[in-house]
Amino acid sequence: MAYAAGVDVGSTQTKAVIINEDREIIARALIDTGANVVAAAENAYKLAIESESLLEEEVEWVIGTGYGRYKVTFGNDQVTEISCHGRGAVHMFPDVRTVVDMGGQDTKAIHVNADGEIDDFCMNDKCAAGTGRFLGAAAAALEIPLDDLGDTALKSEKGVSISTTCTVFAESEVLAWLGKGKRVQDILWGVHQSIAKRSMGLMRRVGINGEVAFTGGVTRNSAMVKSLEDAVGQKLHISGDSHYMGALGAALFAMDHIESSREPHTQEVQS
Amino acid sequence: MTPQTNEIVGRGNKEGASLFRDWFNGLNETAKRGEGAAYVFVMGSFNEILKSFDMPVVFPEINSLQLAVRRAAGDYLNEAEDYGYSPDICGYVKADIAVQLRGGDHPMGQIPKPAMTVLTNACNTYLKWGEAWERMYEMPMVTIDVPGTRMAGGQTWEGNQDFANDRSYVKKQIEELIVVCEQVTGKKFDIDKLRDVMGHTNTVSRCWKELMDLNMSRPSVFNALTDGTIYLGVANGLRGDKAGADYFERLVEEMKYKAANGIGTLTEEEFRLIFVGVPCYPIFRRFNELFSEWKGTYVHSTYLWFASGGSNTGYQYDLSNPLDSLAEGTLISVRDAMDSMFHHDRVVEDMCKDFAIDGVVYHPIKSCRTVSTGLADGRRAFTERVGIPSLFIESDMMDQRVVAEAQMKNRADAFFEGLINRRLVETGANH
Amino acid sequence: MITAGIDVGSTYTKAILLDENDNIVGKAMCKTGFRLTEAARRCFDAVLEEAGKTESDVEYLVATGYGRDQVDFKDLKVTDLTASARGARLMFPGTRCVLDVGGQTMKAIRLEEDGKIKSFRMNDKCAAGTGAFLEKTARYMGYTVQEISNLLETSHNPAEISGVCAVFAESEVINQLSLGTPPADIMQGSIDSLTTRAVQLMKRVKAEPEITLIGGIMRFPTMPRTVEGRIDSIPNLADGDMPQFLTALGAAWLGRLRFKKLQAETVTA
Repeated sequence: MAYAAGVDVGSTQTKAVIINEDREIIARALIDTGANVVAAAENAYKLAIESESLLEEEVEWVIGTGYGRYKVTFGNDQVTEISCHGRGAVHMFPDVRTVVDMGGQDTKAIHVNADGEIDDFCMNDKCAAGTGRFLGAAAAALEIPLDDLGDTALKSEKGVSISTTCTVFAESEVLAWLGKGKRVQDILWGVHQSIAKRSMGLMRRVGINGEVAFTGGVTRNSAMVKSLEDAVGQKLHISGDSHYMGALGAALFAMDHIESSREPHTQEVQS
Repeated sequence: MTPQTNEIVGRGNKEGASLFRDWFNGLNETAKRGEGAAYVFVMGSFNEILKSFDMPVVFPEINSLQLAVRRAAGDYLNEAEDYGYSPDICGYVKADIAVQLRGGDHPMGQIPKPAMTVLTNACNTYLKWGEAWERMYEMPMVTIDVPGTRMAGGQTWEGNQDFANDRSYVKKQIEELIVVCEQVTGKKFDIDKLRDVMGHTNTVSRCWKELMDLNMSRPSVFNALTDGTIYLGVANGLRGDKAGADYFERLVEEMKYKAANGIGTLTEEEFRLIFVGVPCYPIFRRFNELFSEWKGTYVHSTYLWFASGGSNTGYQYDLSNPLDSLAEGTLISVRDAMDSMFHHDRVVEDMCKDFAIDGVVYHPIKSCRTVSTGLADGRRAFTERVGIPSLFIESDMMDQRVVAEAQMKNRADAFFEGLINRRLVETGANH
Repeated sequence: MITAGIDVGSTYTKAILLDENDNIVGKAMCKTGFRLTEAARRCFDAVLEEAGKTESDVEYLVATGYGRDQVDFKDLKVTDLTASARGARLMFPGTRCVLDVGGQTMKAIRLEEDGKIKSFRMNDKCAAGTGAFLEKTARYMGYTVQEISNLLETSHNPAEISGVCAVFAESEVINQLSLGTPPADIMQGSIDSLTTRAVQLMKRVKAEPEITLIGGIMRFPTMPRTVEGRIDSIPNLADGDMPQFLTALGAAWLGRLRFKKLQAETVTA
């Protein structure tokens, strides 16, 4: 049984996924990236391997993805996370046509055609507005742990309107609302809606004409899921492994490679 | 490579660089003598009139992009911003303002001050830029209002009354320009000299069209982005000069040779691309590498269209009727330059048909709304009609502060992954 | 007679207690957070405790800084421009320009010969590299604020962190880390970027010596050193952590001035 691995070195977290020939996830690991990107890739990978008591030799091909993909020193190849998120999402939800990935540093909308191939993408990669960082800034300003953001925001009955599009000025806006006596949950819900609106802009650019999948670390935030579903107007496909979508996609590409290098003609030559 | 190949291949780039240096050395001399030059722009430069008066020409747009290519732009931009210009003002303008504030100081030599300027309405910013020089130097500014296309695909031609009206409108303004030139230079207008200059321009324009078409070859013979910038420099700066005319004849000869012998720009040309917009000068070489790393090369660009100085349509002046012909040529080429910015989807569509294109790269820039607004919509219209894959990659042509290389590489890599995958699917070698 | 100055900054709140002989008898600093009144109160209590004084010992209290309006127990409020100028002149009487690099704002103030403010320029959050950005960068890379100084000493090849926006700059930090750039070089690069902006700001107000540096960032020796390397004179720098307290100091001093004036008016009335 051959295994394939994908290592997604993101700006905030590094994810590793190992799949088997049936393309099932058999191991996964998640750690903070920190300042040493090379070590993060190695450690995440080792963690995944050890969690299932595998041997490194059993993994025949490793693909790195994410911003740190060229630092996966033990990897065999690199593929962008755009391709990987598209691939992973379609593998998990075959009817999906649009994928929205909210990561630590950017947000992307990816459109796939009926064959599951990426035909367009649109990214918010320079400006933090409409990305997970906007949430991070709000959390810092309100002194709330990131993990509590979703639950707190969901308590809101009516969100305030966050008008600014810039993450940096949004901090001031958040504080101003507090000063006016608005409740934390209402402000937070407004922040989530603002991010959902920006993400919708990206998604409309690539087109929404079918099922939509939501991937990336921010999927763990229940308020973000709800506000995005409200904005899109339909239920979003999310999996417990949404955070690992990039690494899964990379692992799938790796398995493709393993299989294509085992083509019949190769076997003929060997026999 | 045969000895002949060694001599001819790469000749154009070397000669271009040399001519460029000569031009700037000449300007340096002019500056040292305390004399002025005519400040002009790539979209409608009127070099024909100016050079008939022997006036040296300065292209501030070219001076500015040279600063960016030489990694010296940052200080100049900061200086202009200290002076009071906002960060979102066109980087070309700001860099030039700093050059003026420094008395013409520039890495390529001293730039003479403007004795006059002539510009068209092809770019709104030209007008405000000219006004800045008016304030600084109290020199005359001549604005030539060139009528644009009334609607996409609706250009008028000889035989149409609108066209005739537009042409005579432009001619009247050129006559006003001649009066100003006489005042500034103290010389009388010499129509025979104008004919000579226009004759050389005809050569440049004829060659330009041939040159662009030669890139239909497979493999393509020059890189529309990197090599193209050298050609643009000469096409503008030496427009109307015999040296410019000779250069382009030799360049066409070189490219014909390359086409005949299958000599391309990359070891392996896998992807033929079109570039839409103004190049990313702050990381000029590196930007091209983002594509050449994937065996992609630029075979054409809208930049070579609207910034060619008037050679874009290959228009041939009728020397027996110079002023009317100059008016007509100006009308057609400036109008076409504006179209290539505002109605680029049609231009790009035509290029795709002729040049066997695999992908189109759109490059909106922070500095310029004229060139960038509507690129997203134009891209969408193009994709719906033509269906060729495209990439949207944003930065600036001058300001390194908004050039984010890692993000650009990410997008370019994803684009090529898609192209490669598409190709695998098309050839049936699917996984 | 003791007066108090409280500087409620965007990131930190600082308090100073001053006696009539210009001696600093109390000094305290707390994180501001988003509850400004509480922060001011907390800091005031801290400085009283540090000095072994009670509230009734303080004759006059002046609030300054971005959150001065929220200090509900103040006697007077003054702008931080006024307070900074005053504090800098107190410590360095020859000051003609104050460069204040705070948590989220950078200011350059030009003073007349008599110490009055002639002009000023501010660079707020739209510019990369203010104090909060440096702290965030350090934290992101896994370093505490205290470790920044030592970290900087090991930099050999500063990375180019440009950007017009603190957020873009953060992206660049992330990109540099992805490329394997050492954290020390990223930190130094951020400081270089900040310094460039500071020098620009000073040019805009046509700064002349003597230049006094204030703000929390100035605690890291590399910062004032980098600034010094880029201007034509040697800037003034107070000892230890005083650069962060000069605004509060100025406020406390102005408090004494105002209090004396009020006393004189009461007497004559």
